[in-house]
Amino acid sequence: MTAAGAVPGAPPVLSIRGLSVQLGLLDGRWVHAVSDLDMDLPAGTVTLLAGESGCGKSVLASALIGLLPPTARVRGQVGLDGPDPLDLLAADDDVLATRVRGRRVGLVPQSAGTALTPTRTVGALLSEAVTTLGGAVPAADLLREVWLDPDGVADLYPHQLSGGMAHRVLLALALAGQPDVLLCDEPTAGLDPENAAHVAGLLAAQARTGRAVLLISHDIAACAPVADRVAVMVSSRVVEVGPATDVLDRPWHDYPQALWNSLPERGFRPVPGDPPPLTDLPDDCAWHRRAGGACSGVLTLEPVAPDHWVSCGRGPVGVGC
Amino acid sequence: MLTATGVVAGYGEHTVLRSVDLTVTPGRITGLQGPSGSGKSTLARVVALLHPRTAGTVTVDGRSVTGSGYLAPAELRRRIGMVFQSPRAATDPRWTLRQVIAEPLGAARRSATRQRVAELAEQFQLTDDLLDRYPHQVSDGQLQRACLARAVALRPAYLVCDEATAMLDPSTTATIAQLVRGLADAGTGVLAVSHDRALLTAWADHVLDLHDLHADARTSWES
Repeated sequence: MTAAGAVPGAPPVLSIRGLSVQLGLLDGRWVHAVSDLDMDLPAGTVTLLAGESGCGKSVLASALIGLLPPTARVRGQVGLDGPDPLDLLAADDDVLATRVRGRRVGLVPQSAGTALTPTRTVGALLSEAVTTLGGAVPAADLLREVWLDPDGVADLYPHQLSGGMAHRVLLALALAGQPDVLLCDEPTAGLDPENAAHVAGLLAAQARTGRAVLLISHDIAACAPVADRVAVMVSSRVVEVGPATDVLDRPWHDYPQALWNSLPERGFRPVPGDPPPLTDLPDDCAWHRRAGGACSGVLTLEPVAPDHWVSCGRGPVGVGC
Repeated sequence: MLTATGVVAGYGEHTVLRSVDLTVTPGRITGLQGPSGSGKSTLARVVALLHPRTAGTVTVDGRSVTGSGYLAPAELRRRIGMVFQSPRAATDPRWTLRQVIAEPLGAARRSATRQRVAELAEQFQLTDDLLDRYPHQVSDGQLQRACLARAVALRPAYLVCDEATAMLDPSTTATIAQLVRGLADAGTGVLAVSHDRALLTAWADHVLDLHDLHADARTSWES
């Protein structure tokens, strides 16, 4: 049997198995940010990870590359494929810093306004990243790769960039070390629809060059058109993952359905109930406790089709194993 | 009605609005759409009496307003509430949500503050537990609900929402939109500013494009 969340055919560049992340608070409580997560990021595909704010999406990205605070407890395996396979959770910080971050796994951080050094020009920032990471592609070509004109942009300081340009510069920086995996945290936040579609298109272009792209976003309108696969997360768990068209248009699980129904063009109805705080998750299904509805209590993903996985017993009777 | 007529405004030498007309009607949500950098926020701040104009008039229920900010009469400024894009940037991190919501009541020297805060808390689904927390202890959606409660604490006739949902997830956006719809149904005139046409189409009673509100665009369109 293939493991939960696995994709047949395409070799996963990154395969996440049984990942749990807990963050310690000063008062002794624990934030259960990610629980028993299984997911593959195959080469050449864009995987959209959707879910409400505070469900654990961003913590997942930080956990994959060892950027969690020292109080964090992490369990599971994150296999990074390639000539030099590595379990990212077992690797020590020196290995992550010198061989993984920026070189094999690139991160496009959430806040374009604060992620760029304000006193350096775009060209200087990029050249420094290329030199540090030993990248083969010069800064000017990286700018062209994100559809920016080096002559117009290299001499600008971060405050002189529009929101859309700043997001594209962050993507160029993430590409400086030519990583196999791109983790993008809300890369379209705060952009108008035209700019958001532009950035999403750039990420799709990166996937077509063979990279595995994880697109963490609640901007479904901008990101859905470029997604090959969609994973939906609620209260620290992924409850459905599969081909984009199936999960977006015909989800098995009732949470993705409720999330899509909250979009302006799909009914504009808020998801029922309030998410419980991640410090206080029940042992059984937090979502079905919050919203009601039938739940088998099976919180691990079960297959409903070759590349389509659902939890809570929400698949068709007899298909799950 | 809240109207702007022939408004010219900008930043120093840089003119952003070149003679713009806009009307906000009680009981309706007027959507204002336009790309980033087109001047939507400037217009929102001009009609909320927060940004100076170099020409044109703003009237609140027929009364023409001179000046902006503290130069505008307080009783007219209090007729208009405003909600901003980033609730984190719009709240004092040292105050609990209860203090955030009560601030305009105190500034206007209203009595029965505690009772009004309780009413607002119920209207905007803020539990007692949430009211005693600080901004860093609540989610963006919860904080934006508190900002909405603060904006309507003095029962303004008009509410200006400038990208009030841009940083929020779809479910929280729908919640905020429902709450604002409730205010409009109770008679508040709402100006909802966003670059997201799909959002405004679902949320507003009618959607205006900032470009079309300029006098020069109107002339070329009419001729």
